[in-house]
Amino acid sequence: MAASAGRLGPTTKQRYSIFALARNALGYHEGWQQAWRSPEPKKAYDVVIVGGGGHGLTTAYYLAKLHGVRNIAVLEKGWIGGGNTGRNTTIIRSGYLWDESIKLYEHALKLWEGMSQEINFNVMFSQRGVINLAHSEHEWREMRRRYEAIRLNGVDIELVLPDEIKRLVPIINIDPNIRYPVKGGILQKRGGTARHDAVAWGYARAADELGVDIIQNCEVTGFERAPAGHIVGVQTTRGFIAANKVGCVPAGHSGVLAEMAGFMLPIQARPLQALVSEPIKPCIDKVVMSNAVHMYISQSDKGELVLGAGTDSYNSYAQRGSPNHPEHLMAATVELYPITSRLRMLRQWGGIVDTCPDASPIISKTPIPGLYFNCGWGTGGFKATPGSGHVFADLIAHDRPNALAAPFSLDRFRTGYLVDEHGAAGVAH
Amino acid sequence: MQLVPCPWCGPRDDAEFHYGAEAHVARPSVPADCSDAEWEAYLYLRRNTKGPFAERWNHAHGCRRWFNVIRDTYTHEVLASYKPGEAKPDIGETDRAQKDA
Repeated sequence: MAASAGRLGPTTKQRYSIFALARNALGYHEGWQQAWRSPEPKKAYDVVIVGGGGHGLTTAYYLAKLHGVRNIAVLEKGWIGGGNTGRNTTIIRSGYLWDESIKLYEHALKLWEGMSQEINFNVMFSQRGVINLAHSEHEWREMRRRYEAIRLNGVDIELVLPDEIKRLVPIINIDPNIRYPVKGGILQKRGGTARHDAVAWGYARAADELGVDIIQNCEVTGFERAPAGHIVGVQTTRGFIAANKVGCVPAGHSGVLAEMAGFMLPIQARPLQALVSEPIKPCIDKVVMSNAVHMYISQSDKGELVLGAGTDSYNSYAQRGSPNHPEHLMAATVELYPITSRLRMLRQWGGIVDTCPDASPIISKTPIPGLYFNCGWGTGGFKATPGSGHVFADLIAHDRPNALAAPFSLDRFRTGYLVDEHGAAGVAH
Repeated sequence: MQLVPCPWCGPRDDAEFHYGAEAHVARPSVPADCSDAEWEAYLYLRRNTKGPFAERWNHAHGCRRWFNVIRDTYTHEVLASYKPGEAKPDIGETDRAQKDA
C-alpha cells in the first residue's frame, strides 16, 4: 500500500481523520502536532531542492518515497505556499494537443486522483469538469483537432455544443451576436480544481514525515562547483550547504538561478493576474476557460468567483501587473456571464510565471553535472504538480530523464523538437 | 499601469505598446554559417534579468516605432529611454557582450 509505505518516516505523524478531529475537539484543539518541522539546515545533504512550491515539495516527497533518498533539504526563500502555488486559479486538466504533453499532464491527473489518500491530507480535489470554449470558427476547428488528439491518447474528453454548454453552465450567455460568441467547447469531466494551499501544506507534511528538511526563509545566492565542474553545494542566506545533487524548481525566478549558475534559459518572467469576487450563492459548478479572451472562471467553496486573466506583455519580478489586464478580463466576464455585471471584486493579485517559447515546461539536466532544472511551466503549472515532482525526482535519482520527461529536455531548443502548446495552454505567452 | 516613455510621443500607458523583450540582440551576420547552438542562442536564449534591464518596445497604438528602454524589472522604475541606433546609456546594466566575456 502506497499510503502505509508513507508512514515509515522518521517523524511519524498523527493521522488526520474524522476520529482525530473528534478526539482533538475534546481537547479544545490544543493537541495537534505541527504539520512539519522547521529544522536548522545541516552542513550537507544528498539532494538539495531549491524552491518550496508544490513542484519542489513533490520532488522531495517522491525522491524520499520512491528512490530511497533520505537526506534531502527543500530550500524556500519565502514561506511554504507563499509563491505561485498559493496564487494560481487551481485548474486541473490534461487536455493538451501533443502526445508528449497529454502523457505528462495525464500522468499528473492520475496522481491527483489518489493524492488526498496518499498523503493523508484533504486537498479538496473536485473533479467538477473543465470546459474550454471556442469563440471563433478557427478556434472551434483547432479545438476539434485537439479533441481527436486527446481521444487518441485514451484520455476522457467530450465535444460540447452551445446548447449543451448552456445546460451545464446556466449563467453563460450563448447569444450568437455577442462580441465573443460561444461556438462550442471541449469538456473534460475528470478535470476540476483543488485547494492549492492544502497541496503545499499536505506535501510539506508528507515530505517532512519521510525525513525531508524543509527550510524556509533561506534564499540561494550562488552555486559551488568542483574543479571538474560537478556541483558541490549552494551558497544561501543561511550559509553554505553542501549537496551531491541540486534540483532547481524556482518558477518565476528560473532565469535568476540559471544566471547564477552561468547559463541561459529560453525563459522570460512575466506577471500573471487573478481576481476573486465577493462570495455569492452557488451559480457555476464547472470550470470554464476562454482562451481567446483570456478569462477563466470557477466558483470556490466559499462562494467567490475565481477569475484568471492573461499575462502582462513585459518582463517583471514585481508580483503585480497592469490594470488593463483585469479590465479586459472583466469586460469578457460581464459579456459571457451577464449576472456578474454588478458583482464586486474582493481581491486582485499577481504571480510571476516562467514562460517558455513553446508553452511547455523544461524538465532537464543542465550544462552543469549534478544540477537539474524543472521550470518553464508558465501559466499552467499547478495542474502538473504531482506529475512534475514524480518525473523530476526520477530524473535527479537516475541522472537521466524517463520517457515522460525526455521530450521536455533543454536540448529541444537546439534540435528544434519543440512541443508547441500555445493553443492548449489556455493563456497566450 | 506601467508608463512607458516613447522617445517620440512621451510617457504613455503600456497597453499602447508591443513588448519586444531583450534589446541589442544582433542577428547573426552570416546565417548560413550558424551552428545549431548559435541558432538556439539567437532564437530562444534571452536574458531574464531581475533589476535594470535593456528591452525593446514598439509603440503599436501610437507612432508605431521601435525604441529601447532600460527598466528595473523588480521595481518597474524606468531608468532610460533611447532611440534605435543610439548608444545605450551606461547606468550599471551589464550588457550581453560584457556578460559573455
